[in-house]
Amino acid sequence: MFERVIRWSRKKSPWILHLNSGACNACDIEVVAALTPRFDVERLGVLLKATPRHADVIVATGPVTRQLRDRIIRIYEQTPDPKFVIAVGACAMSGCVYRGAYNICGGLDQVIPVNVYIPGCPVRPDAILDGVVKLLNTL
Amino acid sequence: MKFNIPIGPQHPALKEPISIRLTVEGEVIRDADLRLGYNHRGLEKLAEEKSWIQNIYLTERICGICSHSHATCFVQGAEKLLEIEPPRRGIYLRYLVSELERIHSHLLWLGVAGHEAGFDTFFMYTWRDREVVMDLLEMISGNRVHYAINTLGGVRRDLDESLRKKILEGLAVLKTRSEYYYKIGAMEPTFIGRLAGVGRLTKQQAMDFCAVGPMARASGVDRDVRKNDPHTFYNEVEFDIATADTCDVLGRTVVRIKELFESYKICEQILHKLPDGPVAVKAPRKAKPNEVVSRYEAPRGENIHYIVSNGSEKPERLKVRAPTLANYPATVEILKHGFIADIPLIFAAIDPCICCAERSVELIDSRSGEERTLRFSDLRRMANERARILPLQRNVAWPF
Repeated sequence: MFERVIRWSRKKSPWILHLNSGACNACDIEVVAALTPRFDVERLGVLLKATPRHADVIVATGPVTRQLRDRIIRIYEQTPDPKFVIAVGACAMSGCVYRGAYNICGGLDQVIPVNVYIPGCPVRPDAILDGVVKLLNTL
Repeated sequence: MKFNIPIGPQHPALKEPISIRLTVEGEVIRDADLRLGYNHRGLEKLAEEKSWIQNIYLTERICGICSHSHATCFVQGAEKLLEIEPPRRGIYLRYLVSELERIHSHLLWLGVAGHEAGFDTFFMYTWRDREVVMDLLEMISGNRVHYAINTLGGVRRDLDESLRKKILEGLAVLKTRSEYYYKIGAMEPTFIGRLAGVGRLTKQQAMDFCAVGPMARASGVDRDVRKNDPHTFYNEVEFDIATADTCDVLGRTVVRIKELFESYKICEQILHKLPDGPVAVKAPRKAKPNEVVSRYEAPRGENIHYIVSNGSEKPERLKVRAPTLANYPATVEILKHGFIADIPLIFAAIDPCICCAERSVELIDSRSGEERTLRFSDLRRMANERARILPLQRNVAWPF
């Protein structure tokens, strides 16, 4: 019973942390655009949080630069359980055009476990919404 | 008593992760040290392994907000190296997208500035209206952000009559909305009071530290690549360089709103004068050994690409100097006389978009070694509280 209530409340208000792992800003802007009046994810209970300690879902963009790799792991460890990771954009999936560059790890799943991948370069805000909904449906 | 404050990058939530080390005395910043490289992807090296046409898509992804600026800057240079001249219609469409991109970037910045000043309604308003120009860009190019409209020797997509009308309608909507924003300053004394006098950069300093873009123009330096070094296109349209002489964040806001109007003017002229004909010519695969410097006025200032060709299908060297980098020396100078609470606003004003970042600040007491961790949201709250306590600068007028 208690667990069902927890699961229900988690489904209704996923708090997200937006994490840039060396992306080009395009996906980041689209994540912010998803919060503004046209798409307005806040009406669905999604809230952008500033710190990993408050977040349930890490929405990560970018191909993971070497400088940021350790910091991303740290941020992932700071997030309380249960935590989920959404890889937003082609960069976070596989490195996109940067694949082969000397300073990137080529994808978020090289560093931390990923639950949902959202393709696109950059992804549309509606696709981000769809990704979050798909993640919630698996709970 | 002096404090050392490292800001970032261990919580690089949004955009360019950057680290700043500040030395503060009480509330006043005495020294600042910028550390870069957290977002370094090795792009210039990667460009040497890709062909000319592939590099357009690579340079486009240097930055997601001014993606067209980098692609256009690269294409301008590459076309000189490949010795091709794009047709008139192609050039017109290319710079139409440029100006639309400037509109989207400045609207985005206005929202961010409003957010950092504690005026979230403004943030939501500008971002709502930004969707209008995003829709126009999507209709023209097929994508919201990375337009990929440039190709060697012109553009990839043409415009038809119905789309031309839609763009004009969209511009009319944006124009009325921008006029509203311009008047908001007069109606909101708190907004002006928060922006005025913050982040002062005199005209002499702006010239000494080689500030570019709205940063320089807000200090009264009328420096704009579109006027100073006009490529074939900007000679054919009429516009003014927007400047302000308040030398602070207020000036930078006014310059950007004024530039919105100039961009609407340019877009309308383009759509009315759009010549007929093809949009692109075929480009050769190889370029003769040569070198070129390409300049372009991106929304944040002067963007420079230096390209060397060696006779093969790939460039030998690509060097990119983005406008934000040119503005760092001036930013350090501004920070030196600012308050801790003004950091988000000062950083927002140079438009590196770091300000949107919710990143960590660690306050280390140099005597006791005691550490205190602050986040950007705390900083913003402190900033807004400080603004509330301060007496309003009632004599500051919005420069109409």
